[in-house]
Amino acid sequence: MRPEAVAPQPEQHADEEPLVSIRNLETYYSIRGNFADRLVGREAGVVRAVDGVSLDIRRGEVLGLVGESGSGKTTLGRTLLGLVQATGGSVEFEGREITGLPERKFRELRRRIQVVFQDPHASLNPAMTIAQAVGHPLQIHGVEHDRTQLRARVADVLERVGLAPAEAYLDKYPSDLSGGQKQRAVIARALILNPVLLVADEPVSMLDMSVRAKILELMVALKQDFELTYLYITHDLATARFFCDRIAIMYLGRIVEIGPAEAIYADPKHPYTQALLRAIPEPDPTRAVPRDLPRGEVPDAASPPLGCPFHPRCPRAFEPCGWESRDLRDLLEFRWARLAGEPRVEEEQAVVGDLDVLDKPAPEVRLPAARGRKPEEVVALLERIRAEDPQEPFWKGVARLEASGSHVALDFHLPQEPRLEPVGDVSVSCHLYDSAASG
Amino acid sequence: MASTSAPAPITPHGRAKLIALGRATKPIREASGMARFMFWTGVGITLFFVALAIFAPLLSRYNFTQYASGGHRFPQLGHPSSAHWMGTTVQSSDVMSRVVYGAQTELEVVAIALAMSLSVGVPLGLISGYFGGILDRALVLLMDALFAFPYLLIAIVIAFVLATSSIGGGILTAAIAITAAYVPLYFRVVRNHVISVREEPYVDAARALGARPRTVIRKYVFFNVVQNVPPIATLNAADAILLLASLGFLGYGIQPSQGAEWGYDVSRAVSDAASGIWWTGLFPGLAIVLLVTGLTLLGEGLNETLNPVLRQRRFGRFEFDEREPREEALLDQ
Ligand SMILES: Nc1ncnc2c1ncn2[C@@H]1O[C@H](COP(=O)(O)OP(=O)(O)O)[C@@H](O)[C@H]1O
Ligand code: SF4
Ligand SMILES: [Mg+2]
Repeated sequence: MRPEAVAPQPEQHADEEPLVSIRNLETYYSIRGNFADRLVGREAGVVRAVDGVSLDIRRGEVLGLVGESGSGKTTLGRTLLGLVQATGGSVEFEGREITGLPERKFRELRRRIQVVFQDPHASLNPAMTIAQAVGHPLQIHGVEHDRTQLRARVADVLERVGLAPAEAYLDKYPSDLSGGQKQRAVIARALILNPVLLVADEPVSMLDMSVRAKILELMVALKQDFELTYLYITHDLATARFFCDRIAIMYLGRIVEIGPAEAIYADPKHPYTQALLRAIPEPDPTRAVPRDLPRGEVPDAASPPLGCPFHPRCPRAFEPCGWESRDLRDLLEFRWARLAGEPRVEEEQAVVGDLDVLDKPAPEVRLPAARGRKPEEVVALLERIRAEDPQEPFWKGVARLEASGSHVALDFHLPQEPRLEPVGDVSVSCHLYDSAASG
Repeated sequence: MASTSAPAPITPHGRAKLIALGRATKPIREASGMARFMFWTGVGITLFFVALAIFAPLLSRYNFTQYASGGHRFPQLGHPSSAHWMGTTVQSSDVMSRVVYGAQTELEVVAIALAMSLSVGVPLGLISGYFGGILDRALVLLMDALFAFPYLLIAIVIAFVLATSSIGGGILTAAIAITAAYVPLYFRVVRNHVISVREEPYVDAARALGARPRTVIRKYVFFNVVQNVPPIATLNAADAILLLASLGFLGYGIQPSQGAEWGYDVSRAVSDAASGIWWTGLFPGLAIVLLVTGLTLLGEGLNETLNPVLRQRRFGRFEFDEREPREEALLDQ
């Protein structure tokens, strides 16, 4: 199905300048606290939605940006589109820095970078006809003002996205169209300015199963037709396989693995990529099946885990992966939830003191015993838990566990953040592949 | 080129306008049950008063300031009779003329006040809501402070200040007083709606297309926000009638020489009622009640037919369900 049957050449970037070059990009959202905080203008915290991303988008390729919901894919796309301000780092488009560009200057670039959002229904102004909506970009940029010409150009682009005969759609309102037809109109609106880069943010995920393949096929055809480059954002590794030349796997604001699609599917390196691939239900990838991802959920991007952001869920995590206080709390609470109803849960809870001290992320823990209990009892309890499941990766992270005065002293190995480094055809951000940490 | 392209664009454009009009009035045409009844009753009553106002000189035998005709002074506090269908007042003026001309005053004041408060409140709300920031915070603070005041109080203060100025106690003063009382309301309604519309993907899409803020507000935000305004404006009109009548009743409204005003007439009739003279108060009072009822029915009818949330509740399901079968039908082709 991919337009070129030939495998895209991996990492052949030296001679040709990439269309987009992103370096150490950071986009944070500030979350405002309560009224008192707002009164003094204090920020209650930041969500690191994009947290140090570097990648290139090459001319003519389809780069897939894949990750679970909340991993920052949309934010990355919106930063590229200039819809949110980057906090740090750089984005170069055709060799020109575009972060921090004032809207006035950005406007001319918008003819070259266009977007298709997830929800076709919400992406169209309900008060505009299809002709008005699709033709508006031409008016905005002063390309075409003559009504007849405008209409003719809209009709032309509508037919090219498969809304034919265009006359049947021109004077319709979005609410008169089906989801798939609306998404076609949205694509037409994005293409009428002849952009070079199209950011497609989950363009089919809100469509009917049966329409999805058609829209994707249309996008493949249009890529040739309009000589487009795509940034294709999706949470669905299965459709990415059919569509993308290269794939970047994103997790909690970072790229954890990036490389040619073949390499990623044939030999996934990062434990997160491996988990995502395992979660694709075979043999029918279009069927919706609950995903069998590793334990737990995507952590809160407002206070990401120390070290490797994936370590709390990683089955292969080891010493340097960033073990910390909150992992102990998760371990205990997960255990008690699993054993709920058994009498020993209450006994165990009576031994351990207030778990709230564990909420502050730190690689050393000073955990008090419960009132009237000795820290030695807590140590014994933790050792018993370790003995029950010694394979649990958490214990690899523990460097020291002993009673010390009135507390339990629990020290973890120092967290190290993995960096994206080339491994074979791909680049991976995981300590398993960096010799310094694993050696 | 110009000669050939001139007539052609009219057709598609005019057609689009017609379609837009058809779409905008569709919920009203399709309204049913209670909403339909309320809407059309409201329309009937309101049109009746509009007709009174327009044809006042034809419908009423005397002017509202007239107390004599053909050299004969009208009777004081005369019973309703063939010469004075609704009787006369203590100043010998004809109650019916005052009621009929009163429709003119009320509707004029309310129309001017609505136009002014809309043309101040709506743009302020649009700008404040869309751009946010310091301007927004300052405006919200100011408007909330105004909103917290009883609006009758605001209107009285404004009316009082203006009446003592060169403008005097006429229609414009009353309209400005009412405007000041309603601007915060429109501001709030529009601003809050803009805040939610601003987050809609189609607004983001417009920005991504390169539309300037002015274009985004005019073409993408405005149309989706103003849909809320007609029901509110109509309900407000009903409210404004009461406000104007209250001002008149308290003596801060239209001065009797400037126009006939029902609230003022009712206030003058209060003392009559004690001595069994019912006609001086009853007819202007009835007029107030009837017009307010008409406008309220119209507003509620509009609200119920235009407001999608209410509409969905009435059908007991969401629009989403309606779309599904159609989508399947299209796929079958
Ligand atoms: N406007 C916003 N304000 C604050 N936080 C946001 C905003 N948009 C997204 N986020 C947060 O940023 C993170 C990344 O979100 P998003 O970019 O939408 O991810 P994805 O598209 O991969 O689902 C999430 O934790 C989300 O809650
Ligand atoms: S660095 Fe690699 S092994 Fe360690 S937690 Fe992260 S993904 Fe797992
Ligand atoms: Mg998203």
